[in-house]
Amino acid sequence: MSELVVTAGWYMALAALLFSIGAIGLLTRRNALVMFMSIELMLNSVNLTFVAVGKELRTLEGQIATLFVIVVAAAEVTVGLAIIVAVFRRRETASVDELSEMRG
Amino acid sequence: MIDFIWLVIALPLFGAVGLLFFGKRIGEPNSGRIGSALVVLSFFIALVAALPAFAGTLEPENVLLFEWLPALGVNVSLLWDPLSAMMTLIVTGVGALIHIYGTGYMHGDSRFPRFFTYLNLFIASMLILVLGDSFATMFVGWELVGLSSYLLISFWFEKPSAAAAGKKAFIVNRIGDFGFLIGLMIIFATFGSLSYSTVFANANILETGGATVTAITLLLLVGAVGKSAQLPLSVWLPDAMEGPTPVSALIHAATMVTAGVYMIARSAALFSIAPVSSGVVATVGALTALFAAVVAIGQRDIKRVLAYSTISQLGYMFMAVGATAYVAGVFHLMTHAFFKALLFLGAGAVIHGMHGEQDMWKMGGLRKKMPITFVTMLVAWMAISGIPPFAGFWSKDEILAITYGKGGAWVVLWAIGIVTAGLTAFYMSRLMFLTFWGKPRWDDGLEPHESPRSMTLPLAVLAVFAAGAGLINTPFRLSLEHFLDPVFEVIKVAHPPEGSTPWILAGVSVLVALGGIAYAYRRYIKRALPVEEGPRWDFLEEGFGVDELYGRTIVLPGKAVAESAAFTADARGIDGLVNGVGGAVKKLADAATRLQTGQVRSYGTGMFLGTVALILWLLVRGGAF
Amino acid sequence: MDIRVIIFIVFALAAVAGAISMVLARNPVHSAFGLLLTMFSIAVFYVMNGAHFVAAIQIMIYAGAVMTLFLFVIMFVGVDTSDEAEEHIPFQRPMAMILGAGLLILIVASGIQAWVNSRALTGRGSLGTIENVSDELFGTWLLPFEATMFLLAIAAVGTIALAQFAFTLRSTDGSDDE
Repeated sequence: MSELVVTAGWYMALAALLFSIGAIGLLTRRNALVMFMSIELMLNSVNLTFVAVGKELRTLEGQIATLFVIVVAAAEVTVGLAIIVAVFRRRETASVDELSEMRG
Repeated sequence: MIDFIWLVIALPLFGAVGLLFFGKRIGEPNSGRIGSALVVLSFFIALVAALPAFAGTLEPENVLLFEWLPALGVNVSLLWDPLSAMMTLIVTGVGALIHIYGTGYMHGDSRFPRFFTYLNLFIASMLILVLGDSFATMFVGWELVGLSSYLLISFWFEKPSAAAAGKKAFIVNRIGDFGFLIGLMIIFATFGSLSYSTVFANANILETGGATVTAITLLLLVGAVGKSAQLPLSVWLPDAMEGPTPVSALIHAATMVTAGVYMIARSAALFSIAPVSSGVVATVGALTALFAAVVAIGQRDIKRVLAYSTISQLGYMFMAVGATAYVAGVFHLMTHAFFKALLFLGAGAVIHGMHGEQDMWKMGGLRKKMPITFVTMLVAWMAISGIPPFAGFWSKDEILAITYGKGGAWVVLWAIGIVTAGLTAFYMSRLMFLTFWGKPRWDDGLEPHESPRSMTLPLAVLAVFAAGAGLINTPFRLSLEHFLDPVFEVIKVAHPPEGSTPWILAGVSVLVALGGIAYAYRRYIKRALPVEEGPRWDFLEEGFGVDELYGRTIVLPGKAVAESAAFTADARGIDGLVNGVGGAVKKLADAATRLQTGQVRSYGTGMFLGTVALILWLLVRGGAF
Repeated sequence: MDIRVIIFIVFALAAVAGAISMVLARNPVHSAFGLLLTMFSIAVFYVMNGAHFVAAIQIMIYAGAVMTLFLFVIMFVGVDTSDEAEEHIPFQRPMAMILGAGLLILIVASGIQAWVNSRALTGRGSLGTIENVSDELFGTWLLPFEATMFLLAIAAVGTIALAQFAFTLRSTDGSDDE
């Protein structure tokens, strides 16, 4: 019986779990801030996959991709939070369920 | 050498287009002058081009203008041969005189420039019809003539009767056009071409009297009957009197109605090998001639008398071309163009002088008030009645002599023709006596006056031709016959019988004509004027109720069908279908809008649903499951 | 047992626990702390995979800057816990659970599928030190890196514009009754 070794597969399974939890959070929570956190969680799980697989394939490009994702996430959080603040100033709420005027 | 012949068509067409756009700016006298000048110019060009024909050296010549439908081998090219040259001269010559007359007659009309726009278009259309080198070009002219006549008959469209008359002319003509078009299709199917040269050169491949050629010629006849107002499609012509009088003159004398005769003469190669069709043509012509002459007796309106007389005279022409006497038919077409234009313009002058009065029973004694009109009308009267040596005598008698000379059943047609000649003399004398002789019967306060020079000048010119034009083709000197020889050289043209027979026949017809005049003299001048009223005269005036018959049997059912199609089949059936499709789409869309809840988390659910489905699909495609 | 296995199990449990607590916590502040825990755990995994520079960035940018920003906005907006009491959209929660489970299964399945199919070992296999990463970043990936500059500049401008927009709306729109 061979030695138990942490392989990329372990990380990928963990990342898949985190991604699914993030997705469930995104769909069930209606506080816009928590929804944003869920998105961040999903992005992080993807990053974890990149890094782990990059190591397995002996390349640095996984890490480079992660860096770009972090940049994009940072930009997204900045704008997203600004929108939440702007909406809150008008509506006094952070719940997305109350922002449903755009229905058919 | 005659490449410039296209100018003959282009000038009036140019006038029509130019006056259409700038007529209002050019104003009243000048737009009429421009329109007239262009037609006069076109006449002189045609005259120059026709000089070789007079000298007898003209070879029929084609002028290719442009390729039209290369796939069908149809080109727009013009044919310049003696027949088309003669028609062109009649159309432009008489047309020019009518234009000049129109500048006086239409004086003061609010749409004066528009009138000359239409007149020029009419001349151009007729020239396209006459000069075209193929049935396709002829059909274009044919339809354009129909359109122009519609525009001109309903020129005073404020009057409901004028608008209705224009519509009637157009629709009745369409019936004929339909037959003509089918005939053209059969021609194309048979010969693979519509050009005269190909069709006529290959006409001998058809069996003489066979089904194909009979069908073609009968269908062409349907077209000719419509355009030339023969029975049973004659009803539109009397109503066409609603148009201004110059238009009536143009339709009756120079253009339009002669198109049918021209078409049959042009297709002589086909008609001459279809004896059945030729017989039908002659019979239709004879019956129409008699019918119209009888109806003309009952008319009170001076223009309607002339309208029925035109129908009757066209009947003679049909009789001639039916008897394969194409030259005689074309000859009568020419003399008729002169004296009928003269009669119409004279009647127009009378109406003009009487301030719009058209009822002959309210005229009388006008010969002293309108001397020039009276003298010229006198010439026309003699010409149409067939008194030698005026034009009508020569042409009418040639037709009658040829018909008699064919023997057999044709003698019956000759008899009809003779009776018609007597009736013609009678109703024309009635018109003259009621209008110019006797005591004035016009309404109080009316001051009849002679017309301006622009109107009397054309009358004088036409009177000269109406008197003398017959001399070009007398039994002594058959100039026209030789002139037209190149056209009909491959066809057997019927000639008058030899010997003394024509002279006896001529004597008979002159006697009959004189008898008609004498009876009219006794009835309308010697004695007190008879009262021509009552149901029988009304019936006669209404043309034996043909109009009403058509109204009951064709127009009313047609209207019923059209109405049911428009208000039931279309409004309920087709509109219902279309609205149903629209309604279904709208319902679907309404259902779809409910998916858009405005809840961003619902959208997220949809997104993930799609993601899951996509991954699933990729996996299945990749062979994971 | 390998020490790395133990570390993995410990921090994996921590990451999952943080994620679950983030989703379940009523109070957004608690959610933020749950997420923070997950991010630290992931930083540990980065180190284990030789991505030292990325791990540092993860701590500084995510755990430091981004989470601070989150907390700042939470405080600004106020801790509102009442809205999570019940679900208005029918079938939203069961639907979310099914979709989450489906995603998990499918991702794992496709991961196995991809892993089995392509096991090509390429690359230099160097360690993710700052030197190596900067070599890569400013060499091969220079152009995309420069492009992120535009992205960040646009994001900064957009944020300022949004804040400004909200202010002008408030000051001009007197009948703001919503």
